[in-house]
Amino acid sequence: MAVILDLAVQGAQMMLVLLLAPLLTGLTRKVKARILSRRGPPLLQPYRDLIRLLCKDAVLAENASWLFRVTPYIVFAATWIAAALIPTFATGLLFSWSADMIAIIAFLATARFFLALAGLDVGTSFGGIGSSREVMIASLAEPAMLMTVFTLALIAGSTQLSTVAAFMASGNVGLRVSLGLALIALIMVAIAENARIPVDNPATHLELTMVHEAMVLEYSARHLALIELAASLKLLLYISLIACVFVPWGLAPVGAGWAAYAIAVAAYPAKLAVGAILLALFETSIAKMRVFRVPQFLGAALMLGLLATLLRFVSAGL
Amino acid sequence: MTLVIALGCVAALLVVACLAVAVSRSRLASSIVYGACLLGPVVGLGCGLTGLLAGATPVPAIALPLGLPWIGAHFRLDALSAFFLVVVNFGAAGASLFALGYGRDEEQPERVLPFYAAFLAGMNLVVLADDAFTFLVSWEFMSLSSCALVMAHHRDPENVKAGYIYIVMASIGTLALLLAFGALAGANGGYAFDAIRAAAPSAGIAALVFCLVLFGAGSKAGLVPLHIWLPLAHPAAPSHVSALMSGVMTKVAVYGFVRIAFDLLGPPVWWWSMVVLAIGSATAVLGILYATLQRDLKKLLAYSTVENIGVIFTGLGLALAFKASNMLAAAALAATAALFHVFNHATFKSLLFFGAGAVLKATGERDIEKLGGLIHRMPHTAFAVLVGCVAISALPPLNGFVSEWLTFQAILLSPELPQWGLKFTVPAAGALLALSAALAAACFVRAFGMTFLGRPRTPIAERAQETDRFSLAVMFVFAALCLLAGILPGIVIDGLAPAVQSIVGARMPVQISSPWLSIVPVVESRSSYNGLLVFAFALSTASLAAYAIHRAASNALRRAPPWDCGYPDATPITQYSADSFSQPIRRVFGTVVFRASERVEMPPPMDPRPARLTVRLQDLIYDGLYAPVALGVMAAAERLNALQFLTIRQYLSLVFFALVSLLTVLALWP
Repeated sequence: MAVILDLAVQGAQMMLVLLLAPLLTGLTRKVKARILSRRGPPLLQPYRDLIRLLCKDAVLAENASWLFRVTPYIVFAATWIAAALIPTFATGLLFSWSADMIAIIAFLATARFFLALAGLDVGTSFGGIGSSREVMIASLAEPAMLMTVFTLALIAGSTQLSTVAAFMASGNVGLRVSLGLALIALIMVAIAENARIPVDNPATHLELTMVHEAMVLEYSARHLALIELAASLKLLLYISLIACVFVPWGLAPVGAGWAAYAIAVAAYPAKLAVGAILLALFETSIAKMRVFRVPQFLGAALMLGLLATLLRFVSAGL
Repeated sequence: MTLVIALGCVAALLVVACLAVAVSRSRLASSIVYGACLLGPVVGLGCGLTGLLAGATPVPAIALPLGLPWIGAHFRLDALSAFFLVVVNFGAAGASLFALGYGRDEEQPERVLPFYAAFLAGMNLVVLADDAFTFLVSWEFMSLSSCALVMAHHRDPENVKAGYIYIVMASIGTLALLLAFGALAGANGGYAFDAIRAAAPSAGIAALVFCLVLFGAGSKAGLVPLHIWLPLAHPAAPSHVSALMSGVMTKVAVYGFVRIAFDLLGPPVWWWSMVVLAIGSATAVLGILYATLQRDLKKLLAYSTVENIGVIFTGLGLALAFKASNMLAAAALAATAALFHVFNHATFKSLLFFGAGAVLKATGERDIEKLGGLIHRMPHTAFAVLVGCVAISALPPLNGFVSEWLTFQAILLSPELPQWGLKFTVPAAGALLALSAALAAACFVRAFGMTFLGRPRTPIAERAQETDRFSLAVMFVFAALCLLAGILPGIVIDGLAPAVQSIVGARMPVQISSPWLSIVPVVESRSSYNGLLVFAFALSTASLAAYAIHRAASNALRRAPPWDCGYPDATPITQYSADSFSQPIRRVFGTVVFRASERVEMPPPMDPRPARLTVRLQDLIYDGLYAPVALGVMAAAERLNALQFLTIRQYLSLVFFALVSLLTVLALWP
C-alpha cells in the first residue's frame, strides 16, 4: 500500500510539473506585460502554442542529421527527469534515491550538451553563435550551481534533494550566512540558466543579442514544441528548487495524511506564482547586459558559491 | 599461475617484436603482428581479471634470474597490479584490433610494428615488476619504445621536435624515479619492493621521495607544469599508438605514483595530499582550457588527457588526505573514484583517439577547421565518437559522470579533516574540478560539432568514406563499455574493491547487493545514484514522447533550405568556425591564463583589402619555466664547448684531478 501511494505521489509529481510548466511561462509573460501596461497574451496561450506547434508539419533543413531530430526528445526527457526529482509538494519521492542534486545538474547539462550540438548541426552562423555563447555561459553557471549544491549538501549532510528539503523544513537550520550566499548564487544561476534578462532575453529575435533562441532557430513544429516545453520545465524546475530548499513550508513529509497533502498541493502553485511574479518584476526592472558582462555576473555567483562552501568547511555553524 | 601466464604473454610480445623486425617488409606483416598483439593482451586481460577478482592468497610472486646477478628480477601480481594489468591489456587489445584495419595503410610498417609489440611488453612489465631495478628498466623500456613510435613518421619536423622533447622529459622523469628508489632502498640496499616496504624511511627521506615520485611519475602522466611533451608526442604517433599513449601509458604512470606513494612509502603525511590536490586540480582546469583552444583534433584529445589526469590525481590527493587522517572509509571512496576514472579514461580516450584516427584516415586532416559534416559521410564513426564525447564530458548516464560523482561525494566528506590547510584546499579543488567538468562539455561540443556536424568546410571532408570494419567494431565495443560502466557502476566499484583495499586498507561497501543496483557510497540517506534506472527512465520517457507525438499529433516532415533568419549563408566558409566557437571562452579565461589578445585590422572604407583578426596566445608555462631552462642549458653548452678543443696533456690532467677529488670525497665520507 505504501509503495502504491509513493508511486502515486511520484506519478502525480511528474504530471504536475509537466502540466504546470506552460502555465508558469504564461503567468510570467502576463505579469511582465501588465507591468509594461500591456494587456499581454492570455494565461493559457503557451498551451495553445504547444498544441499548434505539435500539429504542424515539421520542416527540417536539408542537411540536418539524425542528431538534429533526436535532440528535442533527449532534451525533453533529460529536463523532465530532472524536474520529476524536485520535491514540489511532497518530500521523500519514490525515485529520489536514483539521482541526487549533482545528478540533476548533470541532467540539465546533458540537455544543454545536445542542444548546443543541434545548434551546430545545420551549419548556420546563428546556430553557431548561440551554441558558442551557451557553452560559455554554462561553463561558469554549472560550477556556480555545483558550489551551491555543495553548500546545501554540507548543511543537510546529504546530496539527496528530498532529504535536504526535509531537513530544511525540520526547523533545525536557523539563519546561516552560507545559506544566504547560496541563495543569491542560486538565483543568479537560475536567471542565467533559464536565459532570462539580464543574461539573455527569451522574447527577443534580434539576431545579435540572442543566445538560447539562436541555438534553436532551425527548429519547427513538434521539435520546437518539445524544446519550448523543456524550457518551461526548466524554469519551473529552478523555481521549485529554490522554493523547496529555501521556502520549504507546506511540503508534505513522508507518510503524511491527506490534509498535509492537500495543503502541500495548494501551497505549491502559490509558491510558483510568487516566483513568477518576482521574476517578472526583476526582469522588467533591469536592462539586458552585454554578452561579455555575463562572465562577470556568473563569476560573482561562482565566488559566492565557493565562499559559502568555504564557510561550511571552516565552521559547522556558519 | 596467472602471473606465469602474464609473463608468458610479455615474453611472447617480445618475441613478436623481434620477429616483426624480420618480417615487417612482407605484405601480411601488419595483420600477423597486430593479430599477435591482440591475442597476447587478451590473455593478459584474462590474467588481470583473474588476479583482481579471484584474489589468490598468497599473492603470486616470482623471482627470475634476469637482470643484475645479485638482484634478479622479481614479479608480483597483487590486486593493484592486476587492476592496472586489466587497464593496460584492455587498451592494448583495443588498439591492436583497431590497428588491424587502420595499420594496413602504414607506409613504413617496419618503423611501427616492432616497437608497437615492445611497447606493449614494456607497459605490462612495469605493472608486474616487484623490485626497483625491474621497475625502472621496464619503465625506461616503455619510454624508449614509445619514443620510437612517436618518431615513426620522422620526416615531419614537428614529429622530430615532439620526439626530442619527449625523450628529454622522459629521461628527467626516470632520473627522478631512480633517485626516489635510491633513497627508498631497504636494509643493506635491498631493492625488492618487500624490503622497501619493510624499511620505514625517516620523515625527511619520505618527503623527498614523495616529491621525486610526484615529479617522476607526474611528468610521465602529464601533470602541469610537466605536461609540455604530452600534447606534442601523443598526436605525433600513429592513431592507435596515440590511443595507447593517452589512454594507457599515462595510467601506467598513475600506477607508478600509486605504487610508491600509497604502498612503498608507508603512512602518508597530510601536506602531501595538499600538494597533490593543488597540482591535480590546476592540471584539470589548465588542461581543458588548452584543449578548448586547439584546432588539431589529436592535440585537443591529448590536452584533454592532461585534464583527466588532473581529475585522477585530485581523487588520489583526497585519498591521501583521508588516509593520513585515518578516515579509511572516505579514503576508500576517494581512491575508488580515482581508479574508476582511470578505467573510464582508458575507455573513452581510446575510443576518441580511434575516432580521430578514423577521421584522419578518411580525410587526411587533423585540423577541425577543415572538417565538418562527417556525420553524413561516416555515420557509424560519428555515433561512436558522440558516445565518447558524452562520456568524457561527465554526463549521465555514461561512465564519466559516475567517477566525477564519486569524487564530488568524497569532497563532501572532507570538512571532517582536521588540518586547516586542507579545509581551504579541498573546496577550492572542488570548485576547479566543477569548472573543468563544465569546460570539458564546452570543449567536446566544439570538437564534435566542428568535425562531424555542420556543412563540410573543404572538398576532402565532402568526399570522406566510412572507415573499415575492424575500427568500427572496436569503437562500438568501447562505446558499449562506456554505457555499461555508466549504468552498472556497482559492478565496477566492487571489481575495484580489492585494488582499493590494497592501497588504503579499506574498501567501499559492497554495491552489488544494494536494491535496484544503485550505488551508495556511504549510506543511502546521504547519497545514492542509480544509472540503470536513470537510463531506463530517460529512454522510456523519450521514446514515449516520440511515440505519443507521432501517433496523436503530427509525424509529417518536409525538407527545406535552412532558415537562418532569412539570410542563409552562401558558402560553408561562413559557418561558425572552431576558433570563433571558442572565442567567448578564450576571452573569458584566456586573457588571464594565456594572455590572449585580439587585434582587428579594419581597412578604411573604399579599401578592398580584407579585414584581419589576429589572435595572440602565450603559453606562460613554457615561456616562464622551460624557455629559461633551455636558454641556460644552451649557454652552459656554449661554455663547455671549449672543453672539446683541449690538448692531450690538459685532458690527462683533468682526468687526474677528477680522480683525486673523487678519492678525497670517498675518504672523507663518514
